[in-house]
Amino acid sequence: MTETGQQEVKLQKSEGSGAGKLGYAILYLILGVIAVLQIYPLIWLVFFSLKTNQEVFNASPFALPADPKWENYATVWTQGNINLYFFNSVWITLVSVALTILLASFVTFAITRMNWKLSKLVLGLFMVGLMIPVHSTLIPLFNFFLSINLIDHPLALILTYTAFNLPLTIMILLGFYSTLPREVEEAAVIDGSSIHRIFFQITLPMSLPVMSTTFIINMIYNWNEFVFINTFISSDSYKTLTVGIQNFIGQYSTDWGAIGATLVISILPILIAFVFLSNKIVEGIAAGAVKG
Amino acid sequence: MNKVMSNKWVIAMYVLPALLLILVLIYVPIILTGYYGLMKWDGIGEMDFIGLSNYTKLLTDDDFWQSSLNSLLLAIFSLLSLIGYLAISLVLAAKIKGADLLRKIYLIPMLLSSVAIAQLWLKIYHPSNGLLNSLLVFFGVENPPAWLAEPNLVLGAIFVPIIWQYAGFYILIYYAALKNIPDSVIEAAKIDGASPLQIAYKIKLPLIMGVIKVTIVLSFVGSLKYFDLIYVMTGGGPNGASEVIASYMYKQAFNSYNFGYGSAVGFALLLFCLLATVIIQRLTRTDDEVEY
Repeated sequence: MTETGQQEVKLQKSEGSGAGKLGYAILYLILGVIAVLQIYPLIWLVFFSLKTNQEVFNASPFALPADPKWENYATVWTQGNINLYFFNSVWITLVSVALTILLASFVTFAITRMNWKLSKLVLGLFMVGLMIPVHSTLIPLFNFFLSINLIDHPLALILTYTAFNLPLTIMILLGFYSTLPREVEEAAVIDGSSIHRIFFQITLPMSLPVMSTTFIINMIYNWNEFVFINTFISSDSYKTLTVGIQNFIGQYSTDWGAIGATLVISILPILIAFVFLSNKIVEGIAAGAVKG
Repeated sequence: MNKVMSNKWVIAMYVLPALLLILVLIYVPIILTGYYGLMKWDGIGEMDFIGLSNYTKLLTDDDFWQSSLNSLLLAIFSLLSLIGYLAISLVLAAKIKGADLLRKIYLIPMLLSSVAIAQLWLKIYHPSNGLLNSLLVFFGVENPPAWLAEPNLVLGAIFVPIIWQYAGFYILIYYAALKNIPDSVIEAAKIDGASPLQIAYKIKLPLIMGVIKVTIVLSFVGSLKYFDLIYVMTGGGPNGASEVIASYMYKQAFNSYNFGYGSAVGFALLLFCLLATVIIQRLTRTDDEVEY
């Protein structure tokens, strides 16, 4: 907001009529109620994750947990395999995200910095990939991984996550690469640097800000992914949290505290990331959506 | 410079890994899904070519059309809800203090996995101990319904968490677009004596029409593809009342082992999505794009 804008708000406030003030109060009230509606279910979730079934069934659902049962978390973490699922989510997410960003950076570099005839066509292929519904690829992908013995193998997930996140990642990178000054790279070419050196030592480090945006967006998508892992993975040892909690809840469907604790564990990393990186997340989501 | 930046080997090395991934894991499966639709196939044994039987069967399959109708209803609900998101964004972008914080709070549910959201809302809708029915009982409603077990209510009940999940996303997009409108345009309108409503309706909305069109496609086509949330919350039940195209496809293939027929459903989903995109773009096409 510009300085004149701020002054104007003050002016409006001081000169505002009673009706104007009332109008503003109602607007704030509505916006506040929406904020509560967005947040309260999660607070309620944390509450019941700390309750015993007795409290859930007999006391008011709005009540604070009388005697917080932190042991609900300890129990599901070790006995419900949640620690294993959590670890799988972390490493499968990280490997996929790293691979996606590296490959997408290669492509974006080749498209924005190098001269070749088919670059427009290749870019088009990546962009159209954004529009393909994943469910329509599910059966052929399942059959493909089955035929090359990668069903129930984490590589099937990593490759699929990478493929489906490449279009969006390239799109976000493109916007940034096109604004990067080229003088440094040109000077390096004149000095006789190899292309790989230019890419790894100049372009890649310069693109760190946008890489962090794509990192967090990819992380959220992969962490939350459900359809592919539900279809490709059947052994417990490779399951991630999204499918793992499905299984777990299937077995403990009446234990509210355990279910709540599992859900909180599964969403906590994303919420923590959001607290520290909300601007990056907002930027990435907006960039991904508006151009898509 | 040009010579270094035109090295064909380097271009191939940078582009091919990513290109191969999207060709093999996105484009080939899309074509194969249509091809598998021509087969009778249990997913494990040999495929039998049966021509267009699966596709002609689709045309008279009541369950398929019921699920398509449900998908269409969700898509229409989503379109209508855009109006609400737009109204909230107009308020948020109009010099509201704390707008930045509010839009971030609104966004939080969007970051959670559909599985976690589905499990949380299963608890909210729990007939006896859920948040919703406890609230209704508190306000004196006798015998509140079991929301997800009533064929007439289930689709609406599922749409509420969908709003909860996506509201922040669309508000974020509209807010960003509205903030991009130069202050000078609004100031000029104010000096000319335009009321806030006139400014919103006659100036702001036309100026962000491009973004609105994108969100219309996103929400409509996105709704046609809904799967995770419904699969976890109701599995399409009761009695198919919340079945959507993607969940019907999944059931046909992975539960009933009709992989050929499931592929035909998957191909129909792809066609519906493409068709919807083309139709919406035709309907919303304007001759002169607004510039400022």
